[in-house]
Amino acid sequence: MPEILDQARTQVLGDGVGLDQAGVLAVLNLPDEHLPAALQLAHDVRMRWCGPEVEVEGIVSLKTGGCPEDCHFCSQSGLFTSPVRSVWLDIPSLVEAAKQTAATGATEFCIVAAVRGPDARLMKQMREGVAAIKAAVDIQVAASLGMLSKEQVDDLVDMGVHRYNHNLETCRSYFPNVVTTHSWEERWETLRMVRDSGMEVCCGGILGLGETVEQRAEFAAQLAELNPHEVPLNFLNPRPGTPLGDRPVVEGKDALRAIAAFRLAMPRTILRYAGGREITLGDLGTRDGLLGGINAVIVGNYLTTLGRPATADLELLDELKMPVKALSATL
Amino acid sequence: MTTTELWCDRCGEPATATAHPACASARQLEPPRFCPHCRRRMKVQVLPVGWSAVCVEHGEIRG
Repeated sequence: MPEILDQARTQVLGDGVGLDQAGVLAVLNLPDEHLPAALQLAHDVRMRWCGPEVEVEGIVSLKTGGCPEDCHFCSQSGLFTSPVRSVWLDIPSLVEAAKQTAATGATEFCIVAAVRGPDARLMKQMREGVAAIKAAVDIQVAASLGMLSKEQVDDLVDMGVHRYNHNLETCRSYFPNVVTTHSWEERWETLRMVRDSGMEVCCGGILGLGETVEQRAEFAAQLAELNPHEVPLNFLNPRPGTPLGDRPVVEGKDALRAIAAFRLAMPRTILRYAGGREITLGDLGTRDGLLGGINAVIVGNYLTTLGRPATADLELLDELKMPVKALSATL
Repeated sequence: MTTTELWCDRCGEPATATAHPACASARQLEPPRFCPHCRRRMKVQVLPVGWSAVCVEHGEIRG
């Protein structure tokens, strides 16, 4: 057994204290033959410190495309030659999407907009949309609207948005290679305000942007410092027309190593499978991740791409005897 | 693909000149982006279950 896994068994599984950056890097560098042991340990950590339940979430794009920012992975930037056109979702359709999500047994519904930060029109749409959802659907509402002002944070709290997603995307040292129109620190500032407001913080990122393994470890350590309620873990799905459109997808074993390493860095967080898992890991890898530290999934489609059918994930959870977290457990 | 579908609905290139195996594979996890009849970029809304794509000339398709 590699020394780092012995250390993690005592420190993370036993005491609930996550690995530091050096420890995460050691896990990320484990040879293939030790990957099963790392995944088993990460699973044990998840079961001990989070329990067997899996949080299920659906997401929808309220405002698609036409974003002024240049996040190099994103097909919704208006600065690239992506085929994605700008479109707004009307409120009846938003409510219908929430109903579709709730019908899967999901407890979370995240409303997302491709913007630098919300303007008055978007905040008005959010206020009306959240109220309409709450009147019609029994589900928790989360939001992801880019960078916020303090006033906007307070408005979202007032609307009843219980969790806010704002991904750091990658580590601080690599961020300028991925985004040039705003800084990592600006994102951190929004996260700080969200945390101070009492909303739950959801913050993760994307692996496979060209970062090194060392930078992947740096990212895990920075997320652990933030200590978010939830960490969505995406794997790059290279989008046509974007600067990262020709990058290779993350190799499956590297993705699984990252899942184990991020769980060992953050034993108590909700670690969510998000975009890109279908092309990076496929069906078998999805199972391996759920048995390797993942305890939450986005079901159904993503913002501009399609996911596995929700039924496929729910049947897998049933087979693995992992109960879907009930709404009552989130309140 | 019918004879009236002249354009690849993923990349927008001619559908009849060459096969588009990579596009066909990718389309299993993507909605269409280009109208196959006129090559216009469509307004596409992805929902948790399904999607809709609207061409101003040829109307809406759903999947």
